[in-house]
Amino acid sequence: MSTLAAFGKLPTLNSATILLVGTNEIFQQQLAETILQEKQDLKINIHLADSLPLPPERDHIRPRIDLIVFMVNMQSKHSYSNIEASLVHVDASFFLGKVCFLATGAGRLNQISIEVNAVLKLADLYCSPVLFCELECEKIRIATAQRLLRMLRICAGHMSGVSALSFSSLMKSSIGDSSFLA
Amino acid sequence: MDEIVAEYIRRTVLRIPRSEMGRMLTTWGVFSENQLQSINLHQIKDKLSQEVVQLCEENGATIKHAANLDIIYNYTYRDKKVWTVYKMTKEDGDENVVFNWVDFKNRFKASLRLLLKNVTITFKKFEDNSMWIRIAWGTQFKKPNQYKPTYVVYHSQTPYVFISHSIFKNCRVLLFQALLAAANYSDIHEMDLRSRCLDSLKDIVFKRYNQNVETFNPQPLQERNSTLENVDPRIIQEDKNKKETIRKINEEDFGNGSLPKLQYAQYKLETVFKSKPEMGILNDKEPFRCLVTFSSPHLLEALKSLAPAGLATAPLSRLLTCIVPEAKNSFKITEKKSGFSHGLPDQ
Repeated sequence: MSTLAAFGKLPTLNSATILLVGTNEIFQQQLAETILQEKQDLKINIHLADSLPLPPERDHIRPRIDLIVFMVNMQSKHSYSNIEASLVHVDASFFLGKVCFLATGAGRLNQISIEVNAVLKLADLYCSPVLFCELECEKIRIATAQRLLRMLRICAGHMSGVSALSFSSLMKSSIGDSSFLA
Repeated sequence: MDEIVAEYIRRTVLRIPRSEMGRMLTTWGVFSENQLQSINLHQIKDKLSQEVVQLCEENGATIKHAANLDIIYNYTYRDKKVWTVYKMTKEDGDENVVFNWVDFKNRFKASLRLLLKNVTITFKKFEDNSMWIRIAWGTQFKKPNQYKPTYVVYHSQTPYVFISHSIFKNCRVLLFQALLAAANYSDIHEMDLRSRCLDSLKDIVFKRYNQNVETFNPQPLQERNSTLENVDPRIIQEDKNKKETIRKINEEDFGNGSLPKLQYAQYKLETVFKSKPEMGILNDKEPFRCLVTFSSPHLLEALKSLAPAGLATAPLSRLLTCIVPEAKNSFKITEKKSGFSHGLPDQ
């Protein structure tokens, strides 16, 4: 089983790489384009995949991945189980702040087929924060893109004084939900 | 012209949309050129219908003419009805008789009239080579109810019949008998194929759809490639190969042409619930009954886009892909075909 290692490669100068994992190709594409529209002084690479592990034949050209975003579509059980299966292929060192969950479509409660609790629990299990967003709405999409970019800068080490680990523990306390920890 | 006919014509005219009125009245062919021109199509529909009825009165129109207009209307708006496909079969010994429409009509009428006097039977042939038969049913003591007729569409030399049923269930047997007698077949059975779109049903049973699969059409391929190339170089698709495989599998299952229109697919499960014996629930041999219905304005197109949209894994279950080749959209899954009983994707 090939796992994705967090520190297996050297970082590239003045660039950061984000990996979006999710089954909905259209949402991924939209989010990627929104992220790239934000003005940046560093080079952003976006890799899209519908599940992990990534194909090994491209290993040598892929740069070091700084942040993995798992996109869970709350309206599709298939998307949830796909993410669950993909998480196994991620190296443990990633979960020290370099993973984040993005739950989409949670706003329309009547169409939800996964419980919100299930996603929160999953994120808690993997010590990673969850962001909720409706990607169809452009404003929310832009806000989400900005948030992810900020996280990416921290994870890639472009913010002095903040490390990925300290940031993620900060996020955790802001969510303030420790009931799942027990 | 009696009152029933007049009222029926009036109501049929009221149903026709204004834009189609001129064309339909011309196709109907009851009025002369001068009469057609004298009708004012731009007045209130209620007045228009009365004018049409008055002209019919002058021309001495009968229930036959009225039924004809109804057929023309329903032929144009055939997607408003639900059509069921039936297949007729011959016994081995039966001879092939040369088909002709006059015999067909006579035999059909004779067979129905033998048992039921009060029926209105109307035939009309259209350019697409289909014969439309409209039957308004009555009982021994009641005149035929013109408002709830059965429509039958038949193409000569084919074993398939498309029927849009009226509410009278007991007339079905009579209709089948008449059809078998008229078309020289010995048995008829339902094909479990139903849709609103009559033309799609024809495409499926006459296998016109298969031609789309065989003819290679490079157009959509080029479009697909060009959209991929338009992508920003900073966005890297990690699973291009996988997507390509999904597309290929999809093409094998559904073809790359346009798909016939169906509104639903139904699966009746009658399988035994399987669980580990130590759990001790539902472990008897009683089948676990359940009905799964997939519905959509264009079901096959929806199924086709399930895998590319990431809502299901490719390949899809054979139960979902065999709708067109099997010409069926309601299935019964029993224990014997246990290989068939699982693998329905989440929706």
